[in-house]
Amino acid sequence: MSVVSLGMPAFPTTAESATRDAQLRHNLRNATHTIRDKRAHAVAELADWAELRAAGAAIKDRTLRHLDHYLVELEIAVTRAGGQVHWASDAAEANRIVTELVRATGETDVVKVKSMATQEIGLNEALADAGITAYETDLAELIVQLGDDRPSHILVPAIHRNRAEIRDIFRQAMGRWGRPAPEGLTDRPGDLAEAARLHLRERFLTAKVAVSGANFMVAETGTLVVVESEGNGRMCLTLPETLISVVGIEKVVPTWQDLEVYLQLLPRSSTAERMNPYTSTWTGCTEGDGPRQFHLVLLDNGRTATLADEVGRQALRCIRCSACLNVCPVYERAGGHAYGSAYPGPIGAILTPQLRGIASALDASLPYASSLCGACYEVCPVAIDIPEVLVHLRERVVERSRGHLGERAAMRAARWVLQDPDRLRRAQRMAARTRRLHPKRLPGPGAAWTDTRDTPQVPAESFRDWWRRTQEEER
Amino acid sequence: MRVALFVTCVNDTLYPRTGQATVTLLRRLGVDVEFPSQQTCCGQMHYNTGYRHQAEPLVRDFAETFADYDAVVAPSGSCAGMVRDIHPRVARRSSGRVDPERVDAVAPKVYELSEFLVDVLGVTDVGAYFPHRVTYHPTCHSLRLLKVGDRPTRLLRAVRGLDLVELPGADECCGFGGTFALKNSAVSAAMCSDKLRHAADTGAEVLCAADNSCLMHLDGALRRQHSGVRTLHLAEILARTEDDPHGTSWSRATRSLA
Repeated sequence: MSVVSLGMPAFPTTAESATRDAQLRHNLRNATHTIRDKRAHAVAELADWAELRAAGAAIKDRTLRHLDHYLVELEIAVTRAGGQVHWASDAAEANRIVTELVRATGETDVVKVKSMATQEIGLNEALADAGITAYETDLAELIVQLGDDRPSHILVPAIHRNRAEIRDIFRQAMGRWGRPAPEGLTDRPGDLAEAARLHLRERFLTAKVAVSGANFMVAETGTLVVVESEGNGRMCLTLPETLISVVGIEKVVPTWQDLEVYLQLLPRSSTAERMNPYTSTWTGCTEGDGPRQFHLVLLDNGRTATLADEVGRQALRCIRCSACLNVCPVYERAGGHAYGSAYPGPIGAILTPQLRGIASALDASLPYASSLCGACYEVCPVAIDIPEVLVHLRERVVERSRGHLGERAAMRAARWVLQDPDRLRRAQRMAARTRRLHPKRLPGPGAAWTDTRDTPQVPAESFRDWWRRTQEEER
Repeated sequence: MRVALFVTCVNDTLYPRTGQATVTLLRRLGVDVEFPSQQTCCGQMHYNTGYRHQAEPLVRDFAETFADYDAVVAPSGSCAGMVRDIHPRVARRSSGRVDPERVDAVAPKVYELSEFLVDVLGVTDVGAYFPHRVTYHPTCHSLRLLKVGDRPTRLLRAVRGLDLVELPGADECCGFGGTFALKNSAVSAAMCSDKLRHAADTGAEVLCAADNSCLMHLDGALRRQHSGVRTLHLAEILARTEDDPHGTSWSRATRSLA
C-alpha cells in the first residue's frame, strides 16, 4: 500500500496548498454540505437508527473476533459454489495473483467496478506494468482516470471537480481511451452522463475480464455483495467471462440476515438513499448465467496487524460509507489528495497509518489531521470512535518517531509545571511580570499561531492569586 | 452540597475574569463555591497530543483534589469533557498507576457551567442583564462529548436585553483543536475564517462560547483583523446584572488589565 504515498509530503504541506485553491474549496464545500444535509434527512427517517448503529458495530466486532472461523467458512462455501479462493498477505501478492489470473485468460483489457481495495493496492498501476489496461467504469472513477488524476473521496472520487472541469476532461481525453466525447458536449449533467454512457457501453460489450471489490461477503453461502448507483457494476459482474474480486478480509459477515442491518446503514449514510439502486449478489459460478470463472482474492495487507491492536481494531468495522468525510471540517478544506491514500478523511487518518504503518512523514502526520471535533464519530454508522483512535495513533507516533524530541521535552516540562500548584503559580507570576515584553509574533513553532492570530494578553494576576488575595482573606 | 470550582489552567492563567464571573454568578444563585487550591490542569493537552502517560499524574491528582466535593463546576466544555469522558479511560489503561475507582467516583460529578446551572440548580433565568446582540458558538466538546444541547442558549435567551442571533453553521468546529492549531495551522486558519465570516454575517457584536481555548483562537484572529466583533465567555455574560452591567464589581477586583 505504498503506491501513492511514495515521497509525498506530510499532510500539513499538501493541505496548506489546498486551502489556497479557491475552486477546490468551493467545489468541496458545495458537495460535502449537500451530501451532509441529505444524509441527516435520510437518517432522521428511521426511528431505530441508534439500534441499527449499535447492531452494525456489534456484528462487525463479533465477526472480527472470530475472523479465522468465518474466513474459512467463506472459503469452503465459495469453493463449493465453483469459485476459486486466493489468499494475499499484502499488496504485492494480491497484484501478482490478479496479474497472473488475467494473463491466463489471454486478455490485455479488463473492466473495473469501483473498488477501494484495488485502489489501496495500486492494482491498475501493477496491471499497466504487465501490459494490461484496466478501464474504470464508475462515472466518477472514469472522470479521475481520464483526467490522469487521483480519487479524492471514497464515494464520489471526483468530488473535487465541477461539471465545467468534467466537460473539459471528457472532450480532451475520451478519444484517447475509446469512443470520443460527442461533438458540442455541454456541461449539463445529463449530457455528461450520456457521453459517459456511450463511451462505456462499448467497453462493457467487449470485455472478457472484470475486476471488482465487494461491500460484503456472506460466509454461510459464499456470496459476494456489491451495492452501487449506476448499473456499471451490474454490467461488469454479469457480462464478462471471468470475474476477479479483490476483497479485504474484514468484509465478511456471517449470515444473510446480517445484511439486513448493513443494507439499511450503508445507503442512508453514503448516498442518503433509502436503498441503493443496484444491489448485486453472486455465489460462485452458475452454468449459463454470468461469468464462467470466478476468483476471490482475500486481502490482508495490514488488516491482521490492525486487528491485534485493542484500540485501533475498531477501524476494521468501516463499511466505506464516507459519511465521516462529508462532515469533516478538515477534509472539507484540505481535500482528499492530502491524505495520500485510497482512504481520505477521518477514516483514512486512522486506517492508513494502521494498514501501512507510520514510517513515512505523510503517514506519521495523518493522526494529527484532525481537530478532534468528533463530528465523524457522531455520523459513523458503525460507531467507530475515530477521535479515540486518532489520539491512540498519535501516541504511537510520539513513541516511535524521532521527530518529536523537542515536543516531548516541552510536554514533559509542561507536565512538571502543571503537576504542582506552587510551580504553576510561580510560572504564572513570571509570565505576568514579563507580560509587557511578550512579542507579538512568536518565533519557532509559535509562529504557526501568530501568523494568523494575535496572542492572548497575559493578565497581571492569575485567578488563583486573585482568589488567595481577595477570598481567603474574607474567610 | 459542597461545590468546587475547577477553573481550568487556561482560565486560571490567561482568563481569570471568567473564573471571577463564575464565582460571582454562583454566589448570586446561593452557591458557596470553593476553590481547592491544589487543582491545576485536566491533562487534555498531553492526552490529545499523544502523551497519555504524561497526563496520568494530572488525572490522578484531579481525582484526589476533588474527591470530597458533591459537584465540580468547570467553565469549560472541553475540560469538563476531558474529565468525564477521558479520565476514566486513562485510569483503566494506566496499569494501576491511576486508580479507576477514585477516578470513577469523581468524573460523573463534574459539570460544565451551563449543565450545573440548568440541571443541578434548575435555573435558566439567572437574573442577568446584557443589552447587546450576541451569537453563540457551541464548542465541539460541549456539543458532542458532553451533549449540553440547548442549555447555553436557554440561559442566554433569559438574559434581559440580550438579542440572541443564530450562528449559521454553528455546529462546525472553529479550528482550534489544541495543538492542531499549530500542527495544521493552514487548515485551522481556514476553519477559523469561515467561523468568523458566519459570526460577522449575523451582525452580532459579541461572539459567545463556553470555552476560552476556542475563544482564544477566534479572538486572536478577530484582533489581528481589527474586527469590530469581540469574544466573551458565557459566564461573563451571565454574571452581569442591571446593577452591575459591566461586571466592574468582580472584574475590578483584580488588578486591571493592560
